[in-house]
Amino acid sequence: MTYDIILTGVGGQGVLSLAAVIATGAMKQGLEVRQSEVHGMAQRGGSVVAHLRIADAPIPGDLIGKASADMVLAMEPLEGLRYTGYLKKNGILVASTAPVRNIPDYPDLDELLGRYTKLPSYRLVDAEGLAKQAGSAKTVNVVMVGAASSFLPVQEAMLKEAIRGLFQAKGEQLIEANFKAFDAGAGSAS
Amino acid sequence: MNEKMILLGDEAVAVGALHAGASAAYGYPGTPSTEIITYLLDHHEHDLAVNWCANEKTAYETALGTSFAGRRALITMKHVGLNVAADPFMNSALLNLKGGVVIAVADDPGMHSSQNEQDSRFFADFAKIPCLEPVSQQEAYEMTRAAFDISESFHVPVILKLSTRISHSRAAVVPSASRSQNPVEKATDKQNWMLIPALARKRFDHLLSIQKDLLAWSESCPWNRLEQEPASSTAVIATGLGYNYLMENIAFMAERPSVLRVSAYPVPENLIRRVCEDKQRIIVLEEGYPFVERLLRGILPVTVQIAGKMDGSVPLSGELTPDNVRPALGLPAHEGIAADTGALPGRPPQLCAGCPHADTYNAVKEALASLPSGLVTADIGCYALGVLPPYSVPETIVCMGASIGMAKGAAEAGHENCVAIIGDSTFLHSGVTPLIDAVSHNADITVIIVDNETVAMTGGQKTILPSSRLVPVIEGIGVDPAHIKVIEAHRREYENNVKVIREEIGFRGLSVIISVRECIETARKKNREKGRTA
Repeated sequence: MTYDIILTGVGGQGVLSLAAVIATGAMKQGLEVRQSEVHGMAQRGGSVVAHLRIADAPIPGDLIGKASADMVLAMEPLEGLRYTGYLKKNGILVASTAPVRNIPDYPDLDELLGRYTKLPSYRLVDAEGLAKQAGSAKTVNVVMVGAASSFLPVQEAMLKEAIRGLFQAKGEQLIEANFKAFDAGAGSAS
Repeated sequence: MNEKMILLGDEAVAVGALHAGASAAYGYPGTPSTEIITYLLDHHEHDLAVNWCANEKTAYETALGTSFAGRRALITMKHVGLNVAADPFMNSALLNLKGGVVIAVADDPGMHSSQNEQDSRFFADFAKIPCLEPVSQQEAYEMTRAAFDISESFHVPVILKLSTRISHSRAAVVPSASRSQNPVEKATDKQNWMLIPALARKRFDHLLSIQKDLLAWSESCPWNRLEQEPASSTAVIATGLGYNYLMENIAFMAERPSVLRVSAYPVPENLIRRVCEDKQRIIVLEEGYPFVERLLRGILPVTVQIAGKMDGSVPLSGELTPDNVRPALGLPAHEGIAADTGALPGRPPQLCAGCPHADTYNAVKEALASLPSGLVTADIGCYALGVLPPYSVPETIVCMGASIGMAKGAAEAGHENCVAIIGDSTFLHSGVTPLIDAVSHNADITVIIVDNETVAMTGGQKTILPSSRLVPVIEGIGVDPAHIKVIEAHRREYENNVKVIREEIGFRGLSVIISVRECIETARKKNREKGRTA
């Protein structure tokens, strides 16, 4: 089994923390993981992409090929569409609907979201709204993990254990808020 | 000790150096090498000297001192940093190193965050020293350890060639038992450490004489591995990460070829002869330049067919990917979803909202707008992002420190209103010496030091000297104090900043303007830390 995920968003959105939750959960489950990150100039407010590979056997390389990803997981709707070339035929695009408009020529949002209907398989998530409902706007990344969770080869319990580990230092209240956010994301299937 | 650790490739190098008994680690921040020193600084429970240095050359020379004192040192830099350290690097190959010296050089094929994509294997070849090229985080750990042993057994430095995908990718690493540090014990053979011509000649002859031993080591090195398939007419030679992408695709090939994996240099010539024996077609997959391929092709005609970068079967520029090696392997592109989701606007990296560089650029832009002709040279750092609209101020960006010398050259060529823009850390790295040139010839240029008190682009390291030292350094070199101006890079100072910059550009002589405001990322980080302790 190999499960390849392209994670994307805009520099500063916490794409790496999103990757960290899934990667940690996968490792807790005893799976092999390779996760490539973006640092340096590429990171400053621009389009960022990370490759996360999960498998039950050693993984040969750090990069996912074009038309090979099982999932594109996007923190931002424009960035999600940018990486559809990585999706394999039955791959899914899971994206947050909240735009980051730091460029002058950002498309009309409704038109942009409308383009998703051309994809064979996608899930759009109101991650910001769900995070606020869960009690903390800072939990958007965990909402997205929840939204992706039913497709991942990682058990929900392992993902939650990873969330607990990552937020351990910040107290029980924040852990609970993140669990709520996860559940809200997981229940967002429409 | 044998507990699995989840590490970036860079961090695996750091842990490898710790477990190899390194007594020191020196470097200058540079993507993708930065996290090696960062990790060591964050784990100061270990008893070793860890420093950011003014530049890669000073880092290298410091490490040579460690070796002379008998102990092991790691030096870290990005590929272009080795150009800066080339002088001590090339000469150190002639020394009789005592403590092991390992240079972790991180190449950046594809130029994710760099000015070129030079291949550090050429530097190892140039200096006639060994080079190791890990393809996994586990190997980054193991090769770092081995590199110290190799350095001490041949008494030469060893390059550990990393690349972006290894440095910045995370995976599980299983460490092994630590070795203790060497005792402090100065080398007693000073004739092997003083490169005056009479002695250097002997040392160079010695370096030449051990080449056969280095080759014998590389021929039998477990990281150069031959897997023969006698039935196949094809051989694949895969170096560095090329091997990973071969493994990604090999199962799809019509027949399994013979494979030679090369990850230790000098180039294992015998293994190459063996893998090519009786083959009609040789495919070469190399991350970086066609280093091995060029040797294979030579100049005289070859009887076998060779597919690689030099015949266009694999792209000559950029990094290898699981996709772009497929044509050379005779494989079609994977078929993905057919959906056409239309054109999308690009989203290049940009200066952060509230960045002090933006305020400096706005002021420089307005000051220059009132002049008939200006010329702006810039330098390496976040402020390079000022090339993009709405600023579009810099006209040249070449290498660390180049802005000042280039402005002087342009001024002496007869151009008016030449302005050099350089960051505080870049200035201390390579800007002081060209400023000395400018002082000595009273160059008619205006140097603007954009001082955000941070090495920002590489993740916010502290500049090696605090801002308060910049004025004394510049005065000490001999810049006229009347033309050293300190301004605040802030919107509220805009009118005044434009005025100061315009006046100093108008002054026919050397001026230095320091435009100061802390990097907003650094300020945020400090606030978060304050919040945590409060």
